[in-house]
Amino acid sequence: MSTPHDPSQTTPVADPTDPRTPAPASVRLAAAPAAAAAPKEMAYRLKDVEVHYGDVKAVQGVTFDLAQNEITAFIGPSGCGKSTLIRCLNRMNDLVPSARVGGQVLYHGQDLYGDDIDAVQVRKVIGMVFQKPNPFPKSIYDNIAFGPRVLGRKKGMDEIVETALRRASLWDEVKDRLKTNAFGMSGGQQQRLCIARALAVEPDVILMDEPCSALDPISTAAIEDLMLELKERYTIAIVTHNMQQAARVSDRTAFFTVAKSDDGKRIGELVEFNPTEKVFSNPDDERTEQYVTGKFG
Amino acid sequence: MSAIAAEKKLARRTVERGSNGERTKDLLFRSALLLCLLVAVAFLGALAVTTLSDGVGRLSGEFLTGEPSRLRTDSFGIRPALIGTLYLMVLVAAFIVPVGVASAIYLEEYADGTKWWNRAIETNIQNLASVPSVVYGILGLAFIVRGPVDIFGLGVGQPTLLAGALTLGLLVLPVVIIVSREAIRAVPPSIREGSLALGATQWQTIWKQTLPGALPGIATGVILALSRAIGETAPLILVGAVANLRFNPEIDGPFSALPALILSAVGEPKPEFQSIAAAAIIVLLVILLLMNSVAILLRNRYETKW
Repeated sequence: MSTPHDPSQTTPVADPTDPRTPAPASVRLAAAPAAAAAPKEMAYRLKDVEVHYGDVKAVQGVTFDLAQNEITAFIGPSGCGKSTLIRCLNRMNDLVPSARVGGQVLYHGQDLYGDDIDAVQVRKVIGMVFQKPNPFPKSIYDNIAFGPRVLGRKKGMDEIVETALRRASLWDEVKDRLKTNAFGMSGGQQQRLCIARALAVEPDVILMDEPCSALDPISTAAIEDLMLELKERYTIAIVTHNMQQAARVSDRTAFFTVAKSDDGKRIGELVEFNPTEKVFSNPDDERTEQYVTGKFG
Repeated sequence: MSAIAAEKKLARRTVERGSNGERTKDLLFRSALLLCLLVAVAFLGALAVTTLSDGVGRLSGEFLTGEPSRLRTDSFGIRPALIGTLYLMVLVAAFIVPVGVASAIYLEEYADGTKWWNRAIETNIQNLASVPSVVYGILGLAFIVRGPVDIFGLGVGQPTLLAGALTLGLLVLPVVIIVSREAIRAVPPSIREGSLALGATQWQTIWKQTLPGALPGIATGVILALSRAIGETAPLILVGAVANLRFNPEIDGPFSALPALILSAVGEPKPEFQSIAAAAIIVLLVILLLMNSVAILLRNRYETKW
């Protein structure tokens, strides 16, 4: 297991045998060689990832791969580190000054915590939707246009906004009130607006941190349908407390739990990573079975 | 069996009637609070009434546009002092808005609160906000009027308008920083996260999300700070405001301001000056009330409900 280190001091990962590892000038290397576009292309490879907050270890020893154009669900009881982990996938953990990430988070072969990687560039390629809808206090139009604008786009903004809203299945509901404040929308609409906002910067991956936990069942169903549509184009990772949701939408499921270390500290770790069907019908690990059948957690 | 019976008894307890003693105490307490409020309001009211009755007769166009004179008190005017006060307001604002907001942004968005120097700065700003204004006057006199800090080569060795504005600016700067920090902190972290997750840089996030969200609060704080600045007397006297300046002030020249004029008029032996002082107070009060109304208006109209 590698030692935890500061994101800025990561040893650069250059696997010369891997054709997908060019000398990285920027993060945008999602355009993998066409030959490698087999169904099981991996977007992420996590190797022994661990996260510390100050002196407290939150997650340890997480190793698994996320496949491209699939939905991967992270499930597990509270405190198991699934939210912490998803925030490593686009370096949102950088916002917590005390957080340190160890191990490797490889995105198409490139170490996201490598020396020459700028977190801002990472987030342009890997978008995120949060637990609570967080629209900006602006019009619906400006909410969508914000991302493209900060990336320097000026022309064709109307088209970008319409495309993003259509992809998020929101266009028909809001096309007549694009200039009204986004705070006037319902919670479910706000969350779909946040998804549309993330789509407008054309990411390759969308991370969702409990996107439906603040929504009613109808809005939840709308977002689940949306996710199934979106995976045609995007790679999706979702943290959820709702096991039915994981079972309904995801292709693979990672089950995390809280383990007690020798000195009695609680540390999150990965228990099982398998196709969703297997996790919910015939899991490898007993703890997974207990969790998905509702016997603990 | 008996336990169940006891439970049933508990569940049927009747509501006790409130005792008279408790109610009297409550009433007494409320009356005491009201009395305290009335004392404050009564004093303010008396002050306002006497000032108005003394000064209203003096107010006229000539009073606002004329020059002060010890001899011809009938045609006494406050124009140089009024212009001085308005000038000060603009200059102080030009100083405190960029410096105060930038400091607040640094402390809220960049400073690492675990480092001792950042905590030391924070504590000092809190303390500076409560330093008596006369101390700032001495500071201004020593370091700005006479001192080694010669800004733009203007006004060394002279009591200039710029020196007065900088002194007043320093006086209210801690207040502006504190208010701006609160306004910035009121913008929820989820807004910053949302912006950063779209690939915006920290600077873009601050400039396009945090600051616009905090702007109504900052503007309100700045206006309240300004209204405190233009009401201050002690620092102005110390940095050399002239009470009865007979010409319009310039940035790099001698200046006057309403509080200085009022203080001087109150000290004059001639009885006419009492009404002059009262009228000048009314003018200053009107300016202050106007500014505070703008602050309240801004807050109610533009404040974001998160």
